[in-house]
Amino acid sequence: MAKLDQLTRHIESYVDSSATPAQQVASMDAIGNLVKDNALTLEALVRELGMYLTTTDDIIRARGIHLLAEVLARIESKPLDIATVHSLITFFKDRLADWRALRGALVGCLAMIRRKSNVGVVTDSDAKAVAQSFLENLQVQSLGQHDRNLCFELLNALLELYSDAVSSLGEDLVYGICGAVDAEKDPECLMLAFHCVESLARLYPDPSGILANFAADIFEILESYFPIHFTHPGGGHIHVQREELSRALMSAFSSMPFLEPFVIPLLIEKLSSSLLSAKVDSLKYLKACSSKYGAERMANHARAIWSSLKDAISTYLEEPVFSFTSKPIVGVNFQKNEIVTEALSLLQLLIRQNSGLLVSLIIDDEDVNMVFNSIACHEKYNDIPVQGKQKLHVIGRILYVTAKTSFSSCNLVFQSLFSRMMDALGFSMREINSLPTDNMLPPTGVKFGFLYLCIELLSGCRDLIAVSEEQGLSCDFEHETFCNMLNHISSSLFSAFGSSLSSSADNHLDPDIYIGVKGLQILAMFPGDTFPITKLLFENILRKFMSVITEDFNKTILWKAALKALVHIGSFIHKFHESEKAKSYRSFVVEKIVELLSLDDTTMPFPLKLEALSDIGMTGVMHMLRVLQELEGTVFANLSMIFVHRNLRSSETVVQLLECFSDKLLPWIHENGCSEEPVVHFAVEIWSQIGICMGFSVPFEAKGLLGAIMKVMKLAVGYCSVESQNIIIKKAYDILSSHTSFQFKELEGSPLVPGQYDVSDRDKWVLSIFASAVIAVFPQTCIPNERIVLHLFIITLLRGVVSVAQALGSMINKMISKSEVTETSSDLTLEEAVDIVFNTKIYGKIFSQTYQGNDAVLTDLCLGVGTDTSLQINAICGLSWLGKGLLLRGHEKIKDVTMILLKCLSLGTKSALPLIQDSQEETCMKNLDPLVMKCAADAFHILLSDSEDCLNRKFHARIRPLYKQRFFSSMMPIFLQLISKSHSSTSRSALYRAFAHIISDTPLIVVLSEAKKLIPILLDCLSMLTEDIQDKDMLYGLLLVFSGILTERNGHEAVAENIRIIINGMIRLVEYSHKSLVRETAIQCLVAMSEMPHAQIYPMRSQVLKAISRALDDKKRAVRLEAVKCRQAWA
Amino acid sequence: MVSGLINANPIIYEKKERRARPTPTFTDDGAAEPIDQQEIFDHIRDIKDPEHPYSLEELKVINEDAIEVDDQHSYVRVTFTPTVEHCSMATVIGLCLRVKLMRSLPSRYKVDIIVAPGSHSTEAAVNKQLNDKERVAAALENPNLLDMVDECLAPSFG
Repeated sequence: MAKLDQLTRHIESYVDSSATPAQQVASMDAIGNLVKDNALTLEALVRELGMYLTTTDDIIRARGIHLLAEVLARIESKPLDIATVHSLITFFKDRLADWRALRGALVGCLAMIRRKSNVGVVTDSDAKAVAQSFLENLQVQSLGQHDRNLCFELLNALLELYSDAVSSLGEDLVYGICGAVDAEKDPECLMLAFHCVESLARLYPDPSGILANFAADIFEILESYFPIHFTHPGGGHIHVQREELSRALMSAFSSMPFLEPFVIPLLIEKLSSSLLSAKVDSLKYLKACSSKYGAERMANHARAIWSSLKDAISTYLEEPVFSFTSKPIVGVNFQKNEIVTEALSLLQLLIRQNSGLLVSLIIDDEDVNMVFNSIACHEKYNDIPVQGKQKLHVIGRILYVTAKTSFSSCNLVFQSLFSRMMDALGFSMREINSLPTDNMLPPTGVKFGFLYLCIELLSGCRDLIAVSEEQGLSCDFEHETFCNMLNHISSSLFSAFGSSLSSSADNHLDPDIYIGVKGLQILAMFPGDTFPITKLLFENILRKFMSVITEDFNKTILWKAALKALVHIGSFIHKFHESEKAKSYRSFVVEKIVELLSLDDTTMPFPLKLEALSDIGMTGVMHMLRVLQELEGTVFANLSMIFVHRNLRSSETVVQLLECFSDKLLPWIHENGCSEEPVVHFAVEIWSQIGICMGFSVPFEAKGLLGAIMKVMKLAVGYCSVESQNIIIKKAYDILSSHTSFQFKELEGSPLVPGQYDVSDRDKWVLSIFASAVIAVFPQTCIPNERIVLHLFIITLLRGVVSVAQALGSMINKMISKSEVTETSSDLTLEEAVDIVFNTKIYGKIFSQTYQGNDAVLTDLCLGVGTDTSLQINAICGLSWLGKGLLLRGHEKIKDVTMILLKCLSLGTKSALPLIQDSQEETCMKNLDPLVMKCAADAFHILLSDSEDCLNRKFHARIRPLYKQRFFSSMMPIFLQLISKSHSSTSRSALYRAFAHIISDTPLIVVLSEAKKLIPILLDCLSMLTEDIQDKDMLYGLLLVFSGILTERNGHEAVAENIRIIINGMIRLVEYSHKSLVRETAIQCLVAMSEMPHAQIYPMRSQVLKAISRALDDKKRAVRLEAVKCRQAWA
Repeated sequence: MVSGLINANPIIYEKKERRARPTPTFTDDGAAEPIDQQEIFDHIRDIKDPEHPYSLEELKVINEDAIEVDDQHSYVRVTFTPTVEHCSMATVIGLCLRVKLMRSLPSRYKVDIIVAPGSHSTEAAVNKQLNDKERVAAALENPNLLDMVDECLAPSFG
């Protein structure tokens, strides 16, 4: 009984009109759950509702019925027996007549109709009765929006789920739906209404049936909605998008073929509307309707559609872009325009449906004929008047689409227009048939217009052939008329296109050149080995282009165009690399280009040769291999020229070759999954060459040769796999150990004695190249004799070889640590390596004549045990790269490294350094060289900045995420303390410098969180950096960080406390004369400051305005503009 | 008293495209870039017409060729053309131009603002009023007028 009480309470709370909607929904849900859980039977519910369903009080009755309906909607998946379903649907059907309580009845009917068949459904006869009752009783358009929505949903459900049952209603149904839809305005209801109409069309598909009798009425109702246009886009909360609604209407229109006499004229008329969306919609609708209505019906309107399509394309087609870099590769490139695209695709559809009719329309069109007649009298593109050009482009596009649509349309257009064009160009089809000659120049001059149309036609039919081959249709091209015609005429076309190449001048990208090159390119890119374009012609085309490449290099544009065309042809042909044409391409293009390199003729500029070589190489893997082979040969021939004959001109060549290799070819090889074997071979071969030449004194420094070799080595190794890297490194190590004067035996012991022999320059260079190989290896790659290599690096870095320091950092970065080692291997572990680096003694005598103490380790040298400043600087530099390697992998030894660097910065103030007091205090007392301090400060830049040369992703470094953040937050407190305690001005400015590096290399977001503490120091750093002109870039970098803090919302609080010093600092920077960007940014900072609370900044106002009025007269425009803004902001 | 707009339906012209200046290379950071016509035009092109929500450029009240600059002698002359001959807004437009240039140019400059010859019925009077220091200063002390000028200038500080 408790349940019953509960139920009564729920019902009452729902029916009670004073309850809030939320409460009502809650009680409805509660009842629904009761029924769903079988705690309450439907019967009991109905009995309990009893009075509410039948009372004469309209409001209460409506709510009662609604409650029952909503409960039913919530138990859609609960099985009910047939009798219950029948009685419920009968009840709701009857209530449809009760207009005062309609909502509930609609919801109820809908819930019942939508039931799935496995849980008890409404019978067909009941459904029909519902439909009948609906049609008799409801005046849809007199209802409110929500009820109308329900009505349409009910109609849709009936039409979809009970189509058989309701179809027998016949005219009544059609009439009723028409009445319901008529004059509907709400977008959501319209979506459903359009859908209703579509379902109706599916119900009565007969073109002379019931629905067809109503065609005029239906069209009249629907017509007023086209084109769909929202007068208040985005206004209110409409959930229906214009496009969705438009699509719904489109499918309604296209679902009824018998509407054709009405719809098509309407659409054609709207095509000339001034509303852009209406045009696009008309085209889309026409497309949908054509495909649904079928060819026969559309034939009636073909002429009208054709003429309006032509108008639309003429109005919206823009000038073509005569460029070889843009897509598409084959056809002519036009700016994308929605209307043109839609119109052309509609045209294509119509041609596919009824090619005979459409093509005859096109051929007989007077505009087309007019264009044909008018272009006959112009030889060059620029001679044609603007309107003529426009028409030419339109006709060209149309011909392109016609040719590419189907074989039959292509045949037709070739038979009629192509032969006319050829006649106009002076090649008679018949003559050629009887007299096939290779080189027939037309008797009259070549006419640009016809060539242009030829290109469009040719690219159309090329696309047609290519597409049909791709789809695997086995077409017999030899029986297609157009192929035969093309085959006959192709050599004449070749000479026509070719003649327009040679005739034109070379100032800008002349359309005439474009036409010639493009035409030849299209001819060459026809699929198939012999037909329709013969191999002979293909070779002639290649020859023609190659003659441009080798002879016309002074005509830059023609040359570039020809090369581009060859590249396109190459990449196309490479796909069929077994074919005959591919073979000709290899022998006529690839081989010739490769030959250029070895030929020692100086007429053609070397950079152009290289450009041609690399571009052709990049057309395919096979071509690349050939190019690489030749490049390698040339490089080594030239290298030996340098090494043996000291020929400096060769070194220039080699540098260019190597740059081409590392900048263009290597990345391509890497991206295109080419085998790395030739790269490895190249790298190993370089080492052999180095080995051979060691007997001679080599001018490595000449013209950047060393740099180029190092770069190639680095990239080549970086792109290789571990196995290949092993090979290269081993070879390199062999050369290094056998051909240099480094005495590897002695390097094993300790202390290291670097001074015993002087490292010759040549050995230094070889070592640098070795170092650049080491920089780029994977962590897994094994380096032979790591201990000796480490020792060697340590000694040589003291000689100031930076790349060695970088290699040392990379090695440490990639070492495998003890915990990761799985098996006992001979490799050094990270811990051992670190121990070697930091604890290997270096023989004392070499760094100091007077220093009588013990041998020192690397870190002692950094602290200046010797008297030699340059040695100390080299040591610090080495240490900083080492530190970078450690920092990136997050090794704790980085702490020691930074402490040493800090010591170098703040020596002489040892009391300030409680953190790093140790046994070496006596050395700290010395005066420090400012150069050393600067070097130590710049070491922080090395630590934190992203280097291009080493220790990055490209060279497989281990990089721990967020290492910059971590380093920043650990260093910040130390620096704050050191700076506050440092008394000497030199060490203070060195500290500022180091700190400035850290701040500008750390992500802004991290700096922001500490802004409050940092602002005063930042300002001090800024003013310190203004002292030296050389620091201007650093100053700018730091200022950018500062302006980041000012403009960020989070920074405001920190800024507010320092307003006065910030403004004063910025005013000083506004005067900074060495870099205009600094002045500009400083003024922007002032603008940002103007947003601080008025009371606080007001005292500074006059000062700022005074500074700004000077900035208004700055010599740089950008500064003046910022000054104007700033003045306004502070006014 | 004011009955409707002076020119209720002005012709709107298209805005000229903003010419991008060649970006200076880093090597000539010290090289001077003198104030030129285009820079002055950029200062004043976006000033709003007092009557309409269009810029002076769109109404062709000003154009680039009607600006004379001599950076060495610190002299600028702007000639503007009111949309209608009897435009009583001419003085306000002129005042806007003057204030904007006063705020945007270094103080060394002398600025002349004049109405294009023949484009206004009381040309001489307007010119005199616009180039009289005292009267300009007096006008700017009038809060209503100053508000109006500030409103017109607002879009030009983009």
